[in-house]
Amino acid sequence: MQNKVITTTNLTKQFGDFTAVDHISFEVNKGEIFGFLGANGAGKTTAIKMLCGLSNPTSGEATIAGCDIYKETEKIKQRIGYMSQKFSLYEDLTVIENIRFFAGIYGLTDQEIKEKGNALIENLGMQDSMHKMVGSLPLGWKQKMAFSVAVLHEPQIVFLDEPTGGVDPVTRRQFWDLIYNASDRGITVFVTTHYMDEAEYCNRVSMMVDGRIAALDTPDQLKSYYNATSMDEVFFELARGAKRGE
Amino acid sequence: MRILRFLLQKEFKQIFRNKALLPMIFAMPIMQLLVMPLAADYEVKNINISVVDHNHSSTATQLTKKVIASGYFKLVDYGNSYTQAYQGLETDETDLILEIPAQFEKELLTQNGSKLFIAVNAINGTKANVGAAYLQQIIRQYNQSIRLEMMANNQQMAIPEVDIATANWFNPDLNYRYFMVPGILVVLVTMVGAYMCALNIVKEKELGTIEQINVTPIKKYQFILGKLIPFWVIGVFIFSIGLFGVSYGVYGIVSQGSLLLLYGYMFLYLVALLGLGLLISTYADTQQQAMSIAFFFMMIFMLMSGLFTPIDSMPGWSKAIALSNPVTYFIEVTRMIMLKGSTFSDIKMHFAVITGFAVFFNGWAIINYKKTV
Repeated sequence: MQNKVITTTNLTKQFGDFTAVDHISFEVNKGEIFGFLGANGAGKTTAIKMLCGLSNPTSGEATIAGCDIYKETEKIKQRIGYMSQKFSLYEDLTVIENIRFFAGIYGLTDQEIKEKGNALIENLGMQDSMHKMVGSLPLGWKQKMAFSVAVLHEPQIVFLDEPTGGVDPVTRRQFWDLIYNASDRGITVFVTTHYMDEAEYCNRVSMMVDGRIAALDTPDQLKSYYNATSMDEVFFELARGAKRGE
Repeated sequence: MRILRFLLQKEFKQIFRNKALLPMIFAMPIMQLLVMPLAADYEVKNINISVVDHNHSSTATQLTKKVIASGYFKLVDYGNSYTQAYQGLETDETDLILEIPAQFEKELLTQNGSKLFIAVNAINGTKANVGAAYLQQIIRQYNQSIRLEMMANNQQMAIPEVDIATANWFNPDLNYRYFMVPGILVVLVTMVGAYMCALNIVKEKELGTIEQINVTPIKKYQFILGKLIPFWVIGVFIFSIGLFGVSYGVYGIVSQGSLLLLYGYMFLYLVALLGLGLLISTYADTQQQAMSIAFFFMMIFMLMSGLFTPIDSMPGWSKAIALSNPVTYFIEVTRMIMLKGSTFSDIKMHFAVITGFAVFFNGWAIINYKKTV
């Protein structure tokens, strides 16, 4: 049981009559890269927000990093990292100031902030831009930086909500190198994406259709089950049945 | 405490980099204090007057001269046709008509009295009212002087009369600036509290950065303090520029009472108003919404605070609004301390009320602030 970092049972979120997330149950193992796929409006972001404690579930249960999603939200927050769809570092602070700020509020010591901050900047090759405002950086750099900041405090799980939207293929590749790197350090990665080539990089993927999980397995198993040559085909096969549009 | 330090560091950096906010912080207090007390002046001067003189006696001319010599009136027309003067009233060229009847001097001498006629253009209510009052006063004085003249001629006619001597305490020259400047200092601090803090928080909502903050282990109170403290400091700073830079430096107003007491009250007042700003920010999702809500409150706060019009002369219902308006109390306190030199025991009640407001607004805001969406 100890290697399960996320467990959900019938987790549900309703907005009035609309059931955004409809009784989803799944488990994620420690160190795994878990792809959370689905069409627009399938309920991915709502689900991720519940798991991060940004949104209260209507019903169902979930345990994140060994903590109960209802009772121990503040404990969960210390153990997870989150990168939202919207870029959410401070554009009017410099690269190094953003790093210091987020490291500081996660309770890192001055020594740790200095070491990890320098390592982060070196790792991303941003030595020349460390005193530039984040708002002036290209999108690809911003996204890589946002991810690095989200895992700076060595969380057990990092949640990534469409981290590579609008980013060029080369940068996307670099971004996935960062993800593998984090995964190697034992950080569980929970990622949503629209790019099916990225789905191939995941250890396991789940497909959400109309608020429910329609399929969950390794990419290879899914392909052979649906008799498909690529994850693209699997996605089309499953998403075709969706009733919710954009 | 460590987390709070990081929050404050971040907030001050952002404020000092904000190209729109920084000039506001310096320019706003100076501009408002320089412009408002000079423009918003109750003293009415340059009242245009038309005199219709049907009498043309030396007494009538003397009266006209007295009116003009008072310095409040500007003679725009001197004739003998009321119709012509009335046309001036219609075209807004004149504010007042003083009509002197044909038998004025004769009646005065033979019948011991005569009647004058004043017509007022009441479109501009203040000007009309004040103008008519001035004119009546001048005529009364003139009245007195001819009485004295007559008494000198005829001792038996002496009639006892009560005369009133007025002394204006705490503002002997009825200098309007002494009255306005403390009020405007309050307006400045109120703007910082109700607007700047609310807009700042809502901006984080709009950008989505607040979501990033909400997934961190930051406590509610830490986040709120991280927002309140910087704007509290800015508020104190703006008040000080206004008090020492403009109020003392330009107008030479020296507070009669303790500055310590004044600052003490301002500290509390800022906490209350920042609480209101915080409360607005918990209900608004966009800066536009926050601005509209804050503007709505500011209008009521300003107009119903006794800044321009005395609360005592308001009807009951609006008096009730004025008394539930925090601005009212601070304006009263600044005027009391600065002009009258009031001490703590005089404003005990005001302290109690503002503490109540601070607890109420902040309490409500904290309850309503959620880390979830």
